[in-house]
Amino acid sequence: MCLAVPMTIKRVEGNRALAEAYGVERFVNIVMMPEVSVGDRVIIHAGFVIERLDPESAREMEAAWDEYHRALGDDGTTGRPDGE
Amino acid sequence: MDDDGIKSQAGALRSLRLERELRIMEVCGTHTTEFFRTGVRGLFPEKLSLIDGPGCPVCVTPNDYLDRAIEISHVHGVIVATFGDMVKVPSSYSSLGRERAGGLSLEVVYSPLDALELAAARPENQVVFLSVGFETTAPTEAATVLAAAERGIKNFSILCGNKLTPPAVKALLDSGETAIDGFILPGHVSAITGLDPWRFAAEDYGKPCVVAGFEAGDLILGVVTLLRMIDEGRNAVKNAYRRAVRDDGNVRAREIMYRVFEACEANWRGLGIIPGSGLALREEYFEFDAEKRFPVTPPPAREHAGCRCGELLRGLIAPTDCGLFGKACTPENAVGPCMVSSEGPCSAYYLYGGL
Amino acid sequence: MEGRILAGHGSGGKLMNELIAGHIRRVLGPESVQLDDSAILAIGLERIAFTTDTFTITPLEFPGGTIGSLAVNGTVNDLAVMGARPLYLSCALLLEEGLEIAVLERILSSMREAADRAGVAIVTGDTKVVERGKADKIFINTAGIGILERGAERRELEPGDAVIINGFIGDHGMSIMALRNDLSFSRGLVSDCAPMNRLIARVTAAFPGSVKFMRDPTRGGVASVLNEIVKGAPFGIGLYESELPIRDEVRGVSEMLGIDPLYAANEGKVLMIARGGDAEAIVESMRSLPEGSSAAVIGRVTEAHPGRAYLETRIGGRRILPVLLEEQLPRIC
Repeated sequence: MCLAVPMTIKRVEGNRALAEAYGVERFVNIVMMPEVSVGDRVIIHAGFVIERLDPESAREMEAAWDEYHRALGDDGTTGRPDGE
Repeated sequence: MDDDGIKSQAGALRSLRLERELRIMEVCGTHTTEFFRTGVRGLFPEKLSLIDGPGCPVCVTPNDYLDRAIEISHVHGVIVATFGDMVKVPSSYSSLGRERAGGLSLEVVYSPLDALELAAARPENQVVFLSVGFETTAPTEAATVLAAAERGIKNFSILCGNKLTPPAVKALLDSGETAIDGFILPGHVSAITGLDPWRFAAEDYGKPCVVAGFEAGDLILGVVTLLRMIDEGRNAVKNAYRRAVRDDGNVRAREIMYRVFEACEANWRGLGIIPGSGLALREEYFEFDAEKRFPVTPPPAREHAGCRCGELLRGLIAPTDCGLFGKACTPENAVGPCMVSSEGPCSAYYLYGGL
Repeated sequence: MEGRILAGHGSGGKLMNELIAGHIRRVLGPESVQLDDSAILAIGLERIAFTTDTFTITPLEFPGGTIGSLAVNGTVNDLAVMGARPLYLSCALLLEEGLEIAVLERILSSMREAADRAGVAIVTGDTKVVERGKADKIFINTAGIGILERGAERRELEPGDAVIINGFIGDHGMSIMALRNDLSFSRGLVSDCAPMNRLIARVTAAFPGSVKFMRDPTRGGVASVLNEIVKGAPFGIGLYESELPIRDEVRGVSEMLGIDPLYAANEGKVLMIARGGDAEAIVESMRSLPEGSSAAVIGRVTEAHPGRAYLETRIGGRRILPVLLEEQLPRIC
């Protein structure tokens, strides 16, 4: 039961914050992540911020794939299956 | 990641060649559905089977929980508030949706806080929130109980049906019934629990585990990573959803959860009673326990004849192995919960498996 | 008969079809229920379309419309998609004791504006008041009559035909869902509630015989209409996920509440199936009108997967667009 969506914090008011995604806004509860601040990317589940998205890891998929291809001995620059 | 990037990763998954039959299990109902919905399941190489684990809280909720909820709803002035997921789930004799037609007061909410607001706005009623869900959801329900206590809202209570996932996975492994080569672990549960509660699966049972996210790219990455770990015999827990999951999880969320709840034994559909796999309100919060506030006696629970949800949730059969699947049991007239829950394996096979 | 009416019986899905086939049609007779939006009748030398619809919605007033404009546009569109020119509407009001007169006034004004915009006249009506608690504030029934135009007759579909929509999908249903769940919008999302008769008349006049099928994808949405078309048919219909015009806001509500926009109601949309060769020209023609400015070809009739409506996903997979079973509820799993 884990439908959770990424949103961006627009405003913080006490134990709640206005969060936005795709132009949709909702007040969300931040008791589980009170240190959020404006501009943070967070994940929302059932009206609560359950975690802050780590911007450092945002490109993890690309990084992980690069690592994957390297490990398989692909050429790191031209070996991507789509020829990127 | 853009569509072209994902298509290229899809190609990588499709072109994998496995040397032997491999069976991997996902322990999250949202994964069950997303593997179908994104089309990633169709990209699996030959010899790879994905087994659906006990990862749908609606599916593993036993009949007697809903029987009790329905019985409580008959008490004068009670409004049952619930996530939409529970409305159509069959109980022993009925469902919340059917009971609504017979007069049950039902409010579907997006957040447990909405149920608390409903109680605040309707002091003449008793609002009973159906508190179900795994580690992702339980802290939101705990926080709502704390808010109710703080605001002194007396006409609010919850019916505890929460479950903890690692003990269920352990029970499954202990049963030894199903051959599983590795696990795709639930991303948002792990965002709360962190990686530690899963290490037993890798270290004690020799099963590689990968925490995965929910987008097509996340799913592909999760599967490819897990297959590589299996291939290399690397029995570890790897986090392939680092942007949302910290290795130590959300400590504050767990603190809130355990301030209000304590672990207890719980009855899982299919798996039976598992020690330490449920959550009960701590004594300080007994006043918010709907089971104590409304001491009703539901009729004896019964299982539906022929329903194999239990075996399915243990990973023993696929939905299509059940004789009722698609015949007596369809989403609009479900016999078992795995067909009715939006993330139930039977529902996912029925809706998405036909192409 | 045993059993009771469930909420799902009114959701435009499978349960509703069972109610219609198993009870209404069985008792009132096969002529009583049209699979299409209107009955086609011959009176003298004229062929007319005749339809009726009852409206209930919470909240009564919403961004982009009210229950009143909905009641006018819904009936106008039911006539227009049959290839008829809508002319006359009736208006029956069922009012709950306690409804504010000011609210009623606003609803009536929006009916009037919608009727003027669509070029139809409200010519007869009825008003009933019931005790408090016996209705939900106001229910409106409108019936409508229109004259059938030439060139818009139905034709058999065949592989290669194109599926066209005149704009963004799911705006009405998702904006209402958002309102009910405390979601708001930084840039605004409003119901698409609008009359379709002008746009349909323009297309059918410019491309006589090309448009083979039209339907307004209201309750149950685009996917439910497609499922009705393919039921038992020797062809399938595939939609291209990457071509679907869906607003960011609709996508956002959809992700938050776990509701699929392809099943959300539209109140200012027409789904057309037309000869594949004319599809781009039809889209161009639609785009010259504001109500068609975001028109697009979103799919095609296929030999593959007969009897199925399906989606070609972004990553090149395929999945079924199942028959909607019941009302969609906000969910967390």
